[in-house]
Amino acid sequence: MADDRTLGEALAQRGISRRSFLKFCATMTSLLALPPGMAEVMAETLARTRRQSVIWLSFQECTGCTESLTRSHSPTLEGLMFEAISLDYHHTLQAAAGTAAEAAREQAMKDNYGKYIVIVDGSIPLNAGGAYSTIAGRTNLDMLKETAAGAAAIVSVGTCAAFGGLPHANPNPTGAVAVSDIIKDKPIVNVSGCPPIPVVITGVVAYFLTLGTLPELDSLGRPKVFFGDSIHDRCYRRPFYDQGKFAKTFDDEGARNGWCLYELGCKGPVTHNACATTKWNGGVSFPIESGHPCLGCSEPNFWDAGSFYQSLPTPTTSVKGAAVAAVVAGAAVGAAVGAASRRRKSKAAKARTPVTVDDLK
Amino acid sequence: MNEIELLHWARGTGLKWALVVFLLGVVLRFVEMWLLGRKPDLAVARASGAVGGWRTVFTRSLPTPGLIKTSALVFIGGYVFHIGLLIVLVLFVPHIELFRSLLGFGWPGLPSAVIALVAIVSMAALVALLVHRVMHPVRRFLSGFQDYFVWLVTFLPFLTGYLASHSPVVSYTSTLAAHILSVELLLVVFPFTKLIHALTFAVSRWYNGAIAGRKGVAV
Repeated sequence: MADDRTLGEALAQRGISRRSFLKFCATMTSLLALPPGMAEVMAETLARTRRQSVIWLSFQECTGCTESLTRSHSPTLEGLMFEAISLDYHHTLQAAAGTAAEAAREQAMKDNYGKYIVIVDGSIPLNAGGAYSTIAGRTNLDMLKETAAGAAAIVSVGTCAAFGGLPHANPNPTGAVAVSDIIKDKPIVNVSGCPPIPVVITGVVAYFLTLGTLPELDSLGRPKVFFGDSIHDRCYRRPFYDQGKFAKTFDDEGARNGWCLYELGCKGPVTHNACATTKWNGGVSFPIESGHPCLGCSEPNFWDAGSFYQSLPTPTTSVKGAAVAAVVAGAAVGAAVGAASRRRKSKAAKARTPVTVDDLK
Repeated sequence: MNEIELLHWARGTGLKWALVVFLLGVVLRFVEMWLLGRKPDLAVARASGAVGGWRTVFTRSLPTPGLIKTSALVFIGGYVFHIGLLIVLVLFVPHIELFRSLLGFGWPGLPSAVIALVAIVSMAALVALLVHRVMHPVRRFLSGFQDYFVWLVTFLPFLTGYLASHSPVVSYTSTLAAHILSVELLLVVFPFTKLIHALTFAVSRWYNGAIAGRKGVAV
């Protein structure tokens, strides 16, 4: 897959005009909250850039992240950019197989040591010596450590790679962990989401190619420009929340009127992502706009945060059994304390010596 | 533990244990008080004690005549805070959702802007009452650690709840976690401090009213 064309040349050969490319850079600059002048810098830098070597490692995953990128809307500049970078290793997209595929990864690592970007989707299983997921007879853990050693940066794509995701959900039988739980000495960007938004993935790569550094990250290692606001804060249904207008079921009048989905389990208030602004399917809509509450898929442990269809204030664990036990225990302890008090009172009454008239003489 | 994990803990394990301590403590206190018993009243009743008891439960919620002249701040601040607390607790939609999940039924709520306004007014009343307690020599003399402690654990849920949706600095996730944890602190200390008056007030009023009622006196 590797060749020596610049990105500008590769895009030109794909029929992407300079005007379209500039529009893409302007959009990307805006999305990344960079100064307007950076659009031209990005265009010039990207156009001159030799195709960046990218090694994409797919571990314990469902390929949804790759599907999100490749099938979002076709053809796209985002997709073409991924064709234009030197994607030297990717299970789903590469033509090579078996030994040849692994040789491609090793060659890319050798040729670009210290410069290549590693993109990871999927979590890494640690139980049973990592035997739950192997590639070419090697554990994911082994392959990640080896490949990450020569990486300039790592992009953890999807919630599985970023936070453990579905495999990490209770009871986590494979001992799945995130990339950042293993790799501690490389810059890591978490592009979480199940799946993540395509433009966020390409935005991070474009930022790195343009500025040679990673964008500012939040406390969970996610780019602030995309994950700085909650879905709730950017939701077009937010006014209905403030007015107290809620859909109670998926087919009631509130749902037809487009009212807030909070009572139907929307996790938008505690979910940080760019769905409400960049949207999906070429900007057509996002889940809430399609009438479904936000699942909170870009947050850690979202599978273990209670039902998708129970509202945010609902306890994530059942409290009924514990509540009944507490009432019974409270009654028992109260009865014991009360009985002890009565005994003490009775004992004091018996021990009391009445004052007689003689005592007063 | 990051902020979302803290929130999950607060919504799950933390809430469960706080409810356990709350229920255990409340039942313990009530059973203990009930077992202490009362001496039987052998006098012939002039009127119904039960009627007098129930009447007093409600009449004691009305303002005491003359209180507004002697202590206007306590009078106004007390009413504003208690009514505000009730409105915020019972008529804020997320709170109703919690009650619905625990009780199995819910009721209509108020717009969040109204709740925010009530919360601000209630917090102002609480602060005014605290300042009055500290500035007034007699009230300061009568106040102990517990009085200030229960003020704090009552104030914190208001503050964190308001900040959850109005903080420009701290994220909603963090402030919501802090809000739930502050309520859990309130639940844990509730049965073992003066806060239990929120439940025992009705019992003590009933006894006072019933004792007077049996003697034919309305209080």
